[in-house]
Parts: sequence; C-alpha cells; structure tokens
Amino acid sequence: MKPIKPNDMMLQTLARLIILVVLSFSIYLLLAGHNNPGGGFIGGLMTSSAILILYVAFDMKTIKKAIPIDFVKIIGIGLLFASLTGVVSMLFGYPYLKQFFDYFTIPILGEVELTTALPFDLGVYFVVVGSALTIILTIAEDDK
Amino acid sequence: MSLLHWAVLSPFLVAILIPFLYKYMKRIHTGWFVLLLPFALFIYFLTFLPVTSSGETILEVLPWVPSLGINFSVYLDGLSLLFVLLITGIGALVVLYSIYYLAKGKERLHNFYVYLLMFMGAMLGVVLSDNLIVVYVFWEVTSIASSLLISYWYSREKSIYGAQKSMYITVFGGLSMLGGFSLLYVITGTFSIRELVANADLIITSGLFLPAMILVLLGAFTKSAQFPFHIWLPDAMEAPTPVSAYLHSATMVKAGIYLVARLTGVFGGTPEWFWIITIAGLTTLLWGSVSAVRQKDLKGILAFSTVSQLGLIMSLLGVGSAAFYFQDGDNALYKTAILAAVFHLINHATFKGSLFMAVGIIDHETGTRDIRKLGGLMTIMPVTATISLVGLASMAGLPPFNGFLSKELFFTGMLNVLDYGIFHLETFGLIIPIVAWVASVFTFLYCLIMFFRTFTGKFDISKLKVKHVHEAPVGMLISPVVLGLLVIIIGLFPGILAYSIIAPAISAILPGILAAGEQFDVHIYHWHGFQPELWMTIGVIILGVLLFLTFRKWENSAFYRGERDLFNYGYDYGYDGLIKGSQWLTRIQMTGRLRDYFIYMCAFIILLMGYTMYRYNLPDIGSLDLSPIPPFMWLIFIVFISSVVVIPFLQNRVAVIVVTGVTGFIVALFFVIFRAPDLALTQLLVETVTVILFMLVFYHLPKLQKEKTAIGIKLVKLLIAGGFGLMMTIISLSAFSLGQEANFPSIAEFFIENSKEEAGGYNVVNVILVDFRGLDTMLEALVVAIATLSVISLIKLRFKGREDV
Repeated sequence: MKPIKPNDMMLQTLARLIILVVLSFSIYLLLAGHNNPGGGFIGGLMTSSAILILYVAFDMKTIKKAIPIDFVKIIGIGLLFASLTGVVSMLFGYPYLKQFFDYFTIPILGEVELTTALPFDLGVYFVVVGSALTIILTIAEDDK
Repeated sequence: MSLLHWAVLSPFLVAILIPFLYKYMKRIHTGWFVLLLPFALFIYFLTFLPVTSSGETILEVLPWVPSLGINFSVYLDGLSLLFVLLITGIGALVVLYSIYYLAKGKERLHNFYVYLLMFMGAMLGVVLSDNLIVVYVFWEVTSIASSLLISYWYSREKSIYGAQKSMYITVFGGLSMLGGFSLLYVITGTFSIRELVANADLIITSGLFLPAMILVLLGAFTKSAQFPFHIWLPDAMEAPTPVSAYLHSATMVKAGIYLVARLTGVFGGTPEWFWIITIAGLTTLLWGSVSAVRQKDLKGILAFSTVSQLGLIMSLLGVGSAAFYFQDGDNALYKTAILAAVFHLINHATFKGSLFMAVGIIDHETGTRDIRKLGGLMTIMPVTATISLVGLASMAGLPPFNGFLSKELFFTGMLNVLDYGIFHLETFGLIIPIVAWVASVFTFLYCLIMFFRTFTGKFDISKLKVKHVHEAPVGMLISPVVLGLLVIIIGLFPGILAYSIIAPAISAILPGILAAGEQFDVHIYHWHGFQPELWMTIGVIILGVLLFLTFRKWENSAFYRGERDLFNYGYDYGYDGLIKGSQWLTRIQMTGRLRDYFIYMCAFIILLMGYTMYRYNLPDIGSLDLSPIPPFMWLIFIVFISSVVVIPFLQNRVAVIVVTGVTGFIVALFFVIFRAPDLALTQLLVETVTVILFMLVFYHLPKLQKEKTAIGIKLVKLLIAGGFGLMMTIISLSAFSLGQEANFPSIAEFFIENSKEEAGGYNVVNVILVDFRGLDTMLEALVVAIATLSVISLIKLRFKGREDV
C-alpha cells in the first residue's frame, strides 16, 4: 500500500492548538506529581502523545526537521538524571537515593516546596518520553 | 581506604585515562605512560620487603557488603608479596618490551593497554584479597582481560577461537570455584581466608569437604592449565607476544598455583588433597613436556613447556601439603617441596619471560616462528641467541643457572616422598620420582630442539617472508636481557632471595606449622655431593642428548608429525554439540508466535500455583466480608466482560482494536470508581498512546485471516485461558480473605501516615514511586530503556534472509 500524504487541514490546524494545551498540561502533571495526581511517568506519556499527534497530523519529515532531537539520547539523559540524584545524597553520607525536601519563599510564587525527588522524577519523565517515542517511531519508520 | 587499596585499584584508574592519552598524545607511544605505573607499584611494594621478611603481615579491611561477610580486605604476607612483585616487576618489563613490539600508529594501542592494565589490577586484587568473593570477582576479571588480549588481533579466526576457548574453560572453572567458595561459607560462615585457615579442622571433618575441595580445585586447575584443561593455553598463543610472556607464562596462569598455595592451610594434610594435586601436577608435567617436543612453532613449544612447568610447581605443592599431616615444624622432608615450588615459581617467571620475549624478537624480525623454516640465526642475532641460550639452559636444568637449583630441589622433594610412609605412598610412592624424571628428559630434549633448530644450521632467507634479518632494536632487548641477567644472578647467588622472599612465602603457604617468631631454614646449594638428585640430572642430560642425536630417526614418525593435542577434539566436539543442542532446544519452543509464549507463561503459572496450593492446603476462602455491589457496577461489569468475550470472534481488525480499547478504558473507569486518579490517568494515557501506535503501524499488518486450527487445540487453549483467569480469581479472593481473618494491618497505612512527614508530599502514590521505592522506579526506568534498545535492535538490525543465529 502506498503511503498517503496527509493533507488534513482540520487536523493540522487543531493539532497546533491542542499541542500547546497538552504540552503545558503534561509539564503541570510532572511538577504537580508530589502533591496531586501526576508525576514523571504520566507527564512523560502525555508529552509523548502530544508529539505523536504532530507526527499523525503532519508527515514524518516535517516533524523531524521541526524537532531535531535524537530520542534515544533523551533516554540516556533521563537515566543519568535518575541515577545521579541518588548519588548526591551519598556525598553527604546518606544512603543512595535518599530524597530531601524543604520550603522556600520565592518572590511572585510565594512559598514553594522544592524536593530532590523532582530531578529524579524528571529523569523518569525523560526516559518515558524517549522510550515511547523511540519505540513508536522505529516501528512506524520501518517499511519492510 | 588505605594506600594498599589504592594500589590495587590504581591500574583501573589509569586505564580510564588511556583512551584520552592515546587520542590526544599521538606523538608519544602510549606505552610510555603505562610504564610508569607498574614501575612505581614495584618500587612501592619493594618497601614492604622488610615487613614480610620479619614475619609480619598487613591487613587493611574495607567493608563492602558486611552483611554478607564480603569485605574488600587487603592482606599482605610473604606469598602475596612474591606474586605482587612478579606482577608489577614483569609487568614493567613487558610494557617496556611492548613499546617496541607494537608499532605506534598501526596498532590499536588504547585497547591493548586498557586490557593490560585491567588485567594487572585484577591480578593484584586476586593475590592481595583476603576475602574469597573479592578473589572470585578479580579472578573472573583476569579471565575476561586475558580473553580480550588473546583476541586483540580479532580479525584473525584463530585469535577468536583461542579467546573463546580460554574464556569457556577458565570461566567454567571460575564458576565451579565460586560454588566451592560458597560451600566453604556454608561450612564455616566466613569468606575470609585467614579465618578459614583457623577453622581448617571444621572443614576437613565436614561432609561437604570433598565437594568444596574439588570445586575449588576445578577453578585452580582450569586457570593454571592443568591436565586435561591445558588445551586453552597453546591456543592462547595467538595473543601478541608481550601478552604471552606476561599473562600466559609469568602471572595469570600462576593464579591457580597461588590459590592452591593459599588454600594449602585449609585443605592440606588430607590424602585427597595430596593425591589429587600431585597426580594432576605430574600428569600435566609429563603430558606437557612430551607434547612440547612435538611442536614446530616456537611459541607452541613454549606454551606446552609452560603447561608442563606449571604441572611441576603444582605437583610440588601437592607433595609439600603433607607437612600439615605431620605438623612437626621445620622438617626438611616436606619443606623442600614447598621451597622448590616457591623457588621454581620465581625462576620460571624469569627464564620463561625472557624466552617468550626472545621468541617475540625472532618472530618480529623474521616473520615466522616455525622451526622448520628457521636456522642459523646465531650470527645474525647474537644477543637474542645468548638470551635464549641462558633461558633454555636454565629451563633444561643446567648449572650454574637458577633452573638447575630448583630442578635439583624438585628431585629432592619428589624423592622425599619415599620416606613419608603415609597415604599408601609405600606402595605407589616410587611412581612419583620416576614420572618426574621422565618428564625432565623430555624437557631437556625440547630445550635442545628449540635452541639448535633456531640458532644453528643453515640460514635460508628464501623460506622467510622478509628480505633482511637483523638484530632487534636496543629497546626491545632491554627487558629480555634484564630477565636473563636475573636468571644468572639468582643462579649464582640464590641467597639473595632466601630470607627476603622465599622464607616468608613458605611461612605463608604453611601457616601455623612454625611457632610465632620462628623462620624456615632456607639453604640452596649448587653442590650436594654425589646424591641421587645429581645422578638423576646426569641421567636426564645423557638420555636427552641421545634422543636429540637420533632426531633424524624419529623425525618422520607419526608421533612427531602430528602436533595437535588429542584433547582438542573433545573440546571441539563438545562445543559443536553444545551449539547444536541448544539450537535444537531453542527451535522446539521458540516458534516466533506471541500466542505460543503466552501459553507457556500461563500454563507454567497455573501449574506452579496449583502445585503450591495443593501442597500447602490452599486456598482458604473462609468468610468473605464483602461490601454490596451497586447496580451501576453490575452494568460496567457486563459491558467489560462481554467486550472481552467478543474479541476472539471478531473478523475485522479495526473492530478488534476498538473493542480492545473499550476494555482498556473500562479498566480506567474502575480506577476512577475506586478513587485511584494516578492509575486512571496512566491507564488512559497508555491506551491513547497504544491507539496512536496502532494507527501508525496499521498498514504494515498482514490481513487478518480466519484461524484454521483443530478444535482440540482450541479447546486446550480455552482451558489454559480459563484456568489462568480462575487461578487469578482464587488468588485474589484467598488473599483478601486471609488478610481479613488474620487481621493484618494494611501496608497503605504506613505510607499514608509517613508520606507528608518523611517525604513532604501529599500524593502517596507518587511519593512511593520517587522516594520510598525510588530504587525500584529507577530500575524500572532502566528496564524501559533496555526494552527500547531491544525494539530498535529487533527492527533495525533484523536478519534479511534466513540466516540462523
């Protein structure tokens, strides 16, 4: 079957709008994870579905040009993030992966809780985004 | 961490720098940087000589996994120091030699030196660790490094064959050894060698004594190339010659000897230990020396000669272990064997190292190592010829070189066996010195062949690939000359080593034989008077020369023409059989169809769970205190179950996808109803991503065909599917009921209480993921990453045709 060139104006126009909403919501999910439903895994899945919508609405080449990221590398970066945050606590004599948190007052935002769990979750987020996109794109690109 | 720990780890640390030095310092041969390390380490360890020679030891403990009794404890005594000095000393000389042997610019030096340093560090770890598990870890690293170095020229088929062979055999031994170590732990509850020695009585009387000993010896014998595991060593000669000189003659193959020497204090004094090691050693000695005569490749001769010399040292350790049976202090009757073993270990490293380097020079300059093509090199390479002469004379056991001294001690040790009067030696004892003597005749013979066929006779350039043959550059000659000088110096003044190195090493091999503060009496003489040993040596020389003079007579015999070791056929058939057998086994079950794998998994779980429930009288579904099910739940259930049941009967792929999606979304709905927003969100997103995936791959999929399977098979599948569902239902009901009856507190309470205080988060699910169970999450992320990589390799690197794995 020959690939059909997507030329769906409705979808393409909507996609541009939807992406913004979905992406911002996914980042909200990532940050909110500690106290509300959300977290790295869910945020990562949502980000990947947002990017996937782009791939469905437009053709592969256009998106590859627009987002010139090697998603396999994103996985590596994510793993590094997750494993290195654990090492930080070791430097202070605590066991591996011990997490810390405290409350800070930042202008405009007011009192904010900062945790070392966030960079860890960010690592998970990257791994999920990288993996989901790599798997799906590898399968999709395969035309044999 | 003490300085000694850093000394063990330093080669690994330097190895990290090597690729950068190789890349950014192209003008300087990488070897010069590497050379500094073994040299510095050699000097550093020399400073410990006064410590060990005064009978003291050093122990530095660094806890690693203390809960399992695994500590990285560095223990330095006479035996470790002897090995450490060999490793660093010969290491420095070999690195120097390799700088001239491996040309800058042509060879992948970064690989070579990284592997070499990896080996050096691991070998230091083996001989300096007091903990058996740490010994094991370093032991396997030496196997890996050795294998990598053998396959250094990996485009050659023989290199790969040799590397694989050495890997299989030594790793097989290593794993057996790990089993043996575990048994020792079961018996004594410790991995520390010193504590094992202290508990030797407990081990010897234990029922696990023999299995533990045999498993440990398998490790030692495979590593030290003892008969019949010796076959890997000749094939390891495909490695660059510096590697052969270093790993496969001076250090790594002596790890097995080190282990046997180290554990003599644990197992020694028993007839099993005595006979197994003595027989293995003597068989290896004889087999190796006879096989060496048949070789035409210079490195082949040296390889089998190494095998045979290792057997010699091993048999001495076996004979000397009787000291633990008698326990009567410094008695020359048993001590001589251990003394000979230690002394020959040093001598072998010096003369064999110089011989390997000399052969490397010949190979480098003439392009061949075949003694049928070589000849008349004496006048062309005078220095190499002299080095070889010294080395070979020492190996053959001629005075005044060091080999003569240790060979005489070896004969003495073997003759002493006749006076032991234990372990049935009065009946079989005579065999031991006879075998030793016959093997020495062959040793003498191959030394003669090696020297005269290479350096005398007619020089014929037409047989060689090169145009001009000349002496090696000075730099390449330094190392063999240093070793050759050591052969002479030790030969003339053995007293230098006697109390500085040899006596402490003997005390370390025979712990507890002497009272504290005493020292073994070590006297090494050239002239003992007309004793049996001297007559044995004279006999060896006469018979060896006779055999050499009649060389033309037996040159064409079948014995001399073949050179392949018979045991190789066993290995090759075994290897092929293993491959074929596993392919057969794989082909039976790996059909490539996902549903077959599902059947395996489900059937296995049903059987395992069913058996467990039957065995322990489960399930116990007593009172089920269930809450009432509201009507809307019934509705959702009916939709859910009917959507699942409908899927197998659908003929249209889009319909299948849609209905599968329905089940997924209903599961999400359940999560919402049971107030699990995180799970619901995740489930929804997974469903969404899956749908997109389907859309992308949709047109790749083959047409959905009507299944044409026999009704019987369908029934079996139905049975397995139904059984699996039933099993899960029973398990969840039973777990619920048990939990209620026993009134277990829910684990959730702990997380709910501590989530805010300990981790500062209100979302318990996420706090568990990132904090309480952070390690799980991290490893799951790793699993996801690995799965992605396998998807890539499955799709992008798949086979094009019908190649087999």
